[in-house]
Amino acid sequence: MAKRDLSLKIGEFVSSLGTFKDVEIQVGRILEEWEEALGPTPFPEIATLREWDHKLLSRYKPFYMPFCDLCCLCTFGKCDLTGDKRGACGITMAGQQSRIVLLACCIGASAHTEHARKMLNHLIEEYGRDTPLDVALNTNVEAPHVRLVCGIRPRTLRDLDDALTYVEGQLVQLLASTHTGQEGSNIDYESKVFHAGMLDHVAMEIADIAQISVLGFPKGEPEAPLADLGFGAIDPSKPVILVIGHEVLPSIEIVDYLMEHGLFGDVEVGGLCCTAHDTTRYNKSARIIGPISWELRFIRSGIPDVIVIDKQCIRTDVLLEAEKIMAPLIATSEMSCQGLPDLTQEDPERIVEDLVGGRLPGALILDPKKVGEVAVKVAMKIAPKRANFKALLPEDVRALAQRCRRCGECVRACPNNLPIPDAMNEAKTGDLTLLSTLYDVCVGCGRCESACPEDLPIISMINASSSKRISEERFKVRVGRGAIQDVEIREVGRAIVFGEIPGVLALVGCANYPEGGADVSKIAEEFLKRRFIVVASGCAAMAIAMTKDEEGLSLYERYPGVFDAGGLVNVGSCVSNAHITGAAIKIANIFAKRPLRANYEEIADYIYNRVGAVGVAWGAMSQKAASIAAGCWRLGIPVIVGPHGSKYRRMLLGRKEREEDWMVYDARTGERVYVGPAPEHLFYAAETVEEAMVAIAKLTMRPNDTSKGRAVKLSHYIDLYQRYYGGLPEDLHLYVRSSADIPFTMRDQVVAALEKAGWVEGKIASPDPTLLERLVRRRQ
Amino acid sequence: MMSARLTTGQTAEIPGPRKAFLIPKPEVAASMINRARRVLLVVGSEAMRVKTKDGDMIDTAMRLARSGRITVAATGHLLGEFRRRGAKGAHGISLMELGDRLRDPDWGGLDGGGPYDLVVFMGLPYYMEWLVLSGLKNFAPSLRTISLDNTYHPNAGWSLGYSPQQDWIEILDRIVSNVEEVG
Repeated sequence: MAKRDLSLKIGEFVSSLGTFKDVEIQVGRILEEWEEALGPTPFPEIATLREWDHKLLSRYKPFYMPFCDLCCLCTFGKCDLTGDKRGACGITMAGQQSRIVLLACCIGASAHTEHARKMLNHLIEEYGRDTPLDVALNTNVEAPHVRLVCGIRPRTLRDLDDALTYVEGQLVQLLASTHTGQEGSNIDYESKVFHAGMLDHVAMEIADIAQISVLGFPKGEPEAPLADLGFGAIDPSKPVILVIGHEVLPSIEIVDYLMEHGLFGDVEVGGLCCTAHDTTRYNKSARIIGPISWELRFIRSGIPDVIVIDKQCIRTDVLLEAEKIMAPLIATSEMSCQGLPDLTQEDPERIVEDLVGGRLPGALILDPKKVGEVAVKVAMKIAPKRANFKALLPEDVRALAQRCRRCGECVRACPNNLPIPDAMNEAKTGDLTLLSTLYDVCVGCGRCESACPEDLPIISMINASSSKRISEERFKVRVGRGAIQDVEIREVGRAIVFGEIPGVLALVGCANYPEGGADVSKIAEEFLKRRFIVVASGCAAMAIAMTKDEEGLSLYERYPGVFDAGGLVNVGSCVSNAHITGAAIKIANIFAKRPLRANYEEIADYIYNRVGAVGVAWGAMSQKAASIAAGCWRLGIPVIVGPHGSKYRRMLLGRKEREEDWMVYDARTGERVYVGPAPEHLFYAAETVEEAMVAIAKLTMRPNDTSKGRAVKLSHYIDLYQRYYGGLPEDLHLYVRSSADIPFTMRDQVVAALEKAGWVEGKIASPDPTLLERLVRRRQ
Repeated sequence: MMSARLTTGQTAEIPGPRKAFLIPKPEVAASMINRARRVLLVVGSEAMRVKTKDGDMIDTAMRLARSGRITVAATGHLLGEFRRRGAKGAHGISLMELGDRLRDPDWGGLDGGGPYDLVVFMGLPYYMEWLVLSGLKNFAPSLRTISLDNTYHPNAGWSLGYSPQQDWIEILDRIVSNVEEVG
């Protein structure tokens, strides 16, 4: 049942008690019927889906790699939990690790939920609670996560409020469970991790469909426009406003102010991270400067005249960095006040005067509209004053490099152990070649500078050594299109479920890459050529844009934006990730006609056994990335992270050699049958990009694949394995169910390998697979 | 060897209450390898970048494997490189999968010969090795682990310290030579 408030809004009300203005009264609730019957799990509590979680966790057992052997969360501690020791509260090392994973996922999900709350409240205030949702063209299932989890069908912004209130309440409960003396089972903590992930996807969906509906973002258009990305996309001769973060409202007000005052061509608006994506979704003429890892390098370039931050993944020393280049900082969210005075109620002209005159290094302004006016005026007034500001020049690098002692502390501080002392050694002679090569692989964290006993500005030196190349970098990225249309799901659902489209690859997450963002682009191109559907979001979607072919075209210019084989789909920002999992949900609902409403287990079971989707977060860094992944796990979608992702300290790994782990029900007969280890893992960190590519191909296999589909998937797995490992995969016999599964062009060598492994035809079944006994239609 | 230091590969990797013994001289590491019943040598994707007396770390691993008593596990996609160099006995497995299996006392090993009692690590990304060793320290208490990288790995059972590069190359060579002599 969808729930609706009956609300009464009164402009002015005079009574014996006094005069009231803008009174809003809510009276009871009107219950609205919806043609789809309510499923078994509306608004699930923490334990509602526990049984489903435990089924998955019995296959994919956690492998913990503690970052710290201690617990220091209460005053009994520190407690040494090494090995089989227990803490003062009785917790084990496994319990503590799963607790930390839950904390990370609660942080991530809370960040998205707060984002959604702010967005929803703002839009309701500005546009009204009854503003209809209009998410995507040719689409009836406007909110697959909200429908699936909550069992409501949202039609207006008001309806989203019910769902978001539920998410907020559940997150509080999850966080409460991490208090000392609560959960004692690591597996139950892991189930709560899955719950946090599921909530996160509901929150992300709410945030994105609200902004799509109201702010005029693309509505699922495959051919959404192309936007410019890169340092070179910014004209530094104009005043430049840099926006950083994830909530687009202040940036939109900046764009609106420029448009309303006929200034749009006179001022550059460029963004870092997801705010940049969403600003281009609002106006394609805004620029994306790059992923979050470019924050230091772009600020240090001296190009920004004013910096506007909103929330999430902002450097917490951004004020210091802004001061170094004499650019005022405007903070716009309670999430990140940066110690600045709250000038929300001040006259904009006075704020502008104080910022331009240097009396204040920055201001906290919590009214987006005021931010728009102040940011533009400050940029235009301060730009001429900053015209003479010079960033570090290549000719300055040699002198600075002389101070390097080769102590190696920078290497030990660097997440990727980059050879900074060697580069400095060359720079001492005036040769900046090696320093320049670091530009491509540096993640821009700045830890090297913190560690340097000589306080060398290493990031600035790397920038300076590459300055000419950087200034010419300009790429095309497709603007985030948002949701996948229902009509697209109808077109490709069958091919995905039967395995004829070899897989859906989602390239998502942050920019903490082991060897630069080019690896993400390399993965994307490999699987586009193989006719996978490649979906992207966030910083990964930017990295994909940042390589060009011989003709100077990015992958977005070479591949269509359609959700179909060989399509490259940029859904948008972090919160747009909900559309990726939403597409998997819609396949189960629209193509397979499985009931969606509050029917989580059945839909997840369908996706797990049938939809060959794999998520890859090659540069995963944040707690948000952790909760996004957790939402995939509960839906049965495996996730691969890059080597730094091992620092999430827990993997969910299957054991392919244990036949007893890979049994399912045949829904036709109720028989328990062996289907092989597909997919083998639920969460897994790859050491190299080559390893990841082989794993992607392998993890797309599902028990429901037709023989034709399995042959296609095996051909990609074998081909990639041969390329990077040589020979045939040693586990081939676990994935070939019958001779019809063998790729035709590889038949002889595969048959020989199967014979050697003692393979028996038919041992691996091809049932109508399900993990849920209640879905068995007929008992034998 | 006297100059080896308890310097971790990254500044923030602070050892916990139980930390690796520093291998005082090459003969100690060699002796542990020689006395072990089943030895697994884990070689990671950085191995090609690490120069040794034999060429690089893959060549050194192949030399160790020729002693006949050591099974080689190549992680990442390094198996391809072993195969290109004609090392037929190396096994390919991802580091995460390997760590997961090593904590299982009933695991039959890469060759089905039963569980290992000593695992030697080298050539992995520092933080990945650090984490897997942490997993083994906490969840595979009876498994002995050694790190032969040129850095201190606090989560190993025994670890080399940090030495000047040429010293470390000598140390590694002495360990391998000693194993060869006994093997």
